[in-house]
Amino acid sequence: MSERLPSTYAVLEQHGVDRRTFFKYCTSLAAIMGLEASMVPKVMAAMETKPRIPVIWLHGLECTCCSESFIRSSHPIAQDIVLNMISLDYDDTLQAAAGEQVEEIRKKIMKDYKGQYLLAVEGNAPTRDGGVYCMVAGQSFLDILKETAADAKAIVAWGACASYGCVQNARPNPTGAEPVHKIITNKPIINVPGCPPISEVMTGVLAYILTFDQLPELDRTGRPKMFYGQRIHDKCYRRAFFDAGQFVETWDDEGARKGWCLYKMGCRGPMTYNSCPTVKWNAGTSFPIGSGHPCIGCSEPNFWDHGPFYERMADSVPLPGIEATPDQVGKTLAVLTGAGVTAHLASYWARRAGKRVAGKPVDPENTTGEVK
Amino acid sequence: MAQRIVVDPVTRIEGHLRVEAMLDDSSHIHDAVSSGTMWRGLEVILQGRDPRDAWAFCERICGVCTTVHALASVRAVENSLGITVPRNADIIRNIMFLTQMVQDHVIHFYHLHALDWVDVVSALKANPGATAALAQKVSPSWPTATEGYFKDVAGTLSKFVASGQLGIFQNAYWGHPAYKLPPEANLMAVAHYLEALKWQKELVKIHTIFGGKNPHPNYLVGGVASAIALNGDNAINIERLTMVKGLISDAINIVENLYIPDLLAVASFYPEWTKIGGGLGNYMCYGDLPQNGIGDVAKFRFPRGVILNKNLSEVLPVDPADPAQIQEEISHSWYRYPGGKDALHPWDGVTEANYTGPKPPFKQLDENKAYSWLKAPRWKGQAMEVGPLARMLMGFASGRADYKEVVTAALGKLKVGPEALFSTLGRTAARGLESQLAVHWLMDEYDRLIANLKGGDSTTADTQFWDPATWKPESRGYGFTEAPRGALGHWVHIKDRKIANYQIVVPSTWNASPRDGKGQHGAYEAALIGTPVADPKRPVEILRTIHSFDPCLACASHVFGPDGEKLVEVKVR
Repeated sequence: MSERLPSTYAVLEQHGVDRRTFFKYCTSLAAIMGLEASMVPKVMAAMETKPRIPVIWLHGLECTCCSESFIRSSHPIAQDIVLNMISLDYDDTLQAAAGEQVEEIRKKIMKDYKGQYLLAVEGNAPTRDGGVYCMVAGQSFLDILKETAADAKAIVAWGACASYGCVQNARPNPTGAEPVHKIITNKPIINVPGCPPISEVMTGVLAYILTFDQLPELDRTGRPKMFYGQRIHDKCYRRAFFDAGQFVETWDDEGARKGWCLYKMGCRGPMTYNSCPTVKWNAGTSFPIGSGHPCIGCSEPNFWDHGPFYERMADSVPLPGIEATPDQVGKTLAVLTGAGVTAHLASYWARRAGKRVAGKPVDPENTTGEVK
Repeated sequence: MAQRIVVDPVTRIEGHLRVEAMLDDSSHIHDAVSSGTMWRGLEVILQGRDPRDAWAFCERICGVCTTVHALASVRAVENSLGITVPRNADIIRNIMFLTQMVQDHVIHFYHLHALDWVDVVSALKANPGATAALAQKVSPSWPTATEGYFKDVAGTLSKFVASGQLGIFQNAYWGHPAYKLPPEANLMAVAHYLEALKWQKELVKIHTIFGGKNPHPNYLVGGVASAIALNGDNAINIERLTMVKGLISDAINIVENLYIPDLLAVASFYPEWTKIGGGLGNYMCYGDLPQNGIGDVAKFRFPRGVILNKNLSEVLPVDPADPAQIQEEISHSWYRYPGGKDALHPWDGVTEANYTGPKPPFKQLDENKAYSWLKAPRWKGQAMEVGPLARMLMGFASGRADYKEVVTAALGKLKVGPEALFSTLGRTAARGLESQLAVHWLMDEYDRLIANLKGGDSTTADTQFWDPATWKPESRGYGFTEAPRGALGHWVHIKDRKIANYQIVVPSTWNASPRDGKGQHGAYEAALIGTPVADPKRPVEILRTIHSFDPCLACASHVFGPDGEKLVEVKVR
């Protein structure tokens, strides 16, 4: 496909973007991918030589929050992605064409770019009753997904719906809605969960693929480690209040006005892997905990069935390991993880009490639960 | 020649919609079918859950009109439990509501609807200097109306086209004779498409400040979760508040100097569309934007009421709690009511999915049978249109001065009378005029918040009934709002601290509804009838009218199951 397609830089240059602006653009791309400054030349090289990859963006059972999040991206902005980075050839939400013309495009891209196009999936497929709960152009979405995935290079599963199932897959899952990886099993799939995912995480995943010509490293649930590698709890700016035992006890109380820890209000930060506290939302404006509401764990599998949301995570189950990686945590049930946090809290205070007896200062680096 | 045309998927909407239109010998639409082709079963999923969590589930009905379902949900639960939220919470909710409405309307105009009127390819022929002159005339206060700017945009566009990869712009109806704008107006609109795309991500930061994120900001039964501490450094304080104010100021600039001028400029080239697409002529609003608590309906900025047969001299009362007024019918929907009933009020709503449509893949639906995942909501047995046009007409007919001012000004600029409002273009214009009202109300609401804080009240939540142990064993409630697409209602039945029943009647269910038992069309169907279609292979006229309603199909298609009852297995023929 590369002969017939200009690179991102070629396109930018043609519309009068100078080298300096291009450099700034690549620097911001590198920053969002968490790369050091030394990597900027590599990003630039990629943008100078890579063609715009065709993307087919399907919509199944969903609410379009992923598309909405995508267009909120501040770096790179949506315009740059759509005009300069990818060729968004099919997307029912933004497409100018309609009806049969739009289905023609999907079939043409599948044929012309066999094995080369990226398939982005927003939402998921109802599998019950022949897929009649979601139909596009008189065809079941289930069939469209299978048909379009067959010759895709890789699949990006946007959001909790495509990654894990999300709300329509919550008990009792009346339509038999299933995430992409349950239906397509012979393609590389990158799960980008969240309801929706953070906009810069979405664009960052695409930028990574285009820049390095490889898929990002994934954890055991298929999420890119670069954005889902650490727990919200461990990166949360309110963590110090957790450690200090300072909690919001009820809405609008003294603790709420002082911005204390929301753990007792049901916060799922301790079991949730996402970039909310670091990348934050809407160009770094805030994130749920920062605006006084507990995390509901929307980037975790089956989070809808781990409620009630305002109930403190369960306890009385043995601790699976305090400082767990997502892979380790994934091997235990969410309730166990919750128990881990409770135990984490308990062990912290036990340690602290022990240290007090020992008359030593608290070591903030010691989070292993071990009394040194 | 008489024929049937199918548009599926209808693009630039939320969700999955199919339209079939029957053309007569003179190529006018003489009948139409609107079918929602998705269903997620959210109300079934809500059963047995904690009612305080319901807003989060409901919010995921739609990520485009994100917040409106959360708002209707917390209001339904509060109504059921007897909770009155503090004044600050009411105002902050109004601010979040208006933020969403303005941002959503701007996105709809530029990114979902504009391409029905604007020919992107024609913009390539524009002269940048002449475009700058046009832009200066259209909006003298907008700063980028320069030749250099339009030259850059034209360059971007031509190189994009030259790359051979047209992306979302490929294979559309470009060059269709129904496109009437001169190349310069097309280039201006394309430039502003890109500007609006850059801006839309800004205003929603207000949601992030109060709700932590957008899309899908957080809501709370009893108030808002974001505490206010005027002398604190980790809650809403003056830094956060001034950011909100700045974002509102920018939004006023966008609406007044970009959206409204563009809307009127584009509309002036399509006068015939003030005579097409009127449809039902019945309009309904629940009202919203409480100024004195949700119970004081007379003080809402958006008035409540019904207008029948385009009669602006009478506004009839609406009561969402009256079982005789709002009912959902299913004679043409893929559902089944027990006991063979035709229509049920949402509190008594019962549905079993019952797909009887053709087995996919299929070519055509049969309008004489069931043909949609949407039910047919009716007010006292009548089909209604809801949305911006309904709201503007309700304000106008209720004698509100602010409505009269913006409506009269726009009609004057377009040199048309009030009857022009009952049309496709009237609907599109109403959305813009509503944004104009809404963006100034947004600043008013901000000022009200500041005044309340200045008065010493910084309370944001009422926690008296937070603990389920304080609840009555059984209660019912309803919540409502005026979503961007129209009147939205949620009805909840709480029993033993859990959701026993939950029912949602959504704006796009009213507008995109199928026929009812009496054969009355829904609003989309009625609006399409009589529309001329120049080229049946490229029916841009259908898109114009359908998009003028701003369809939201993930919202519209839903179903409700009775207590503990399993969904019936669907038989695919």
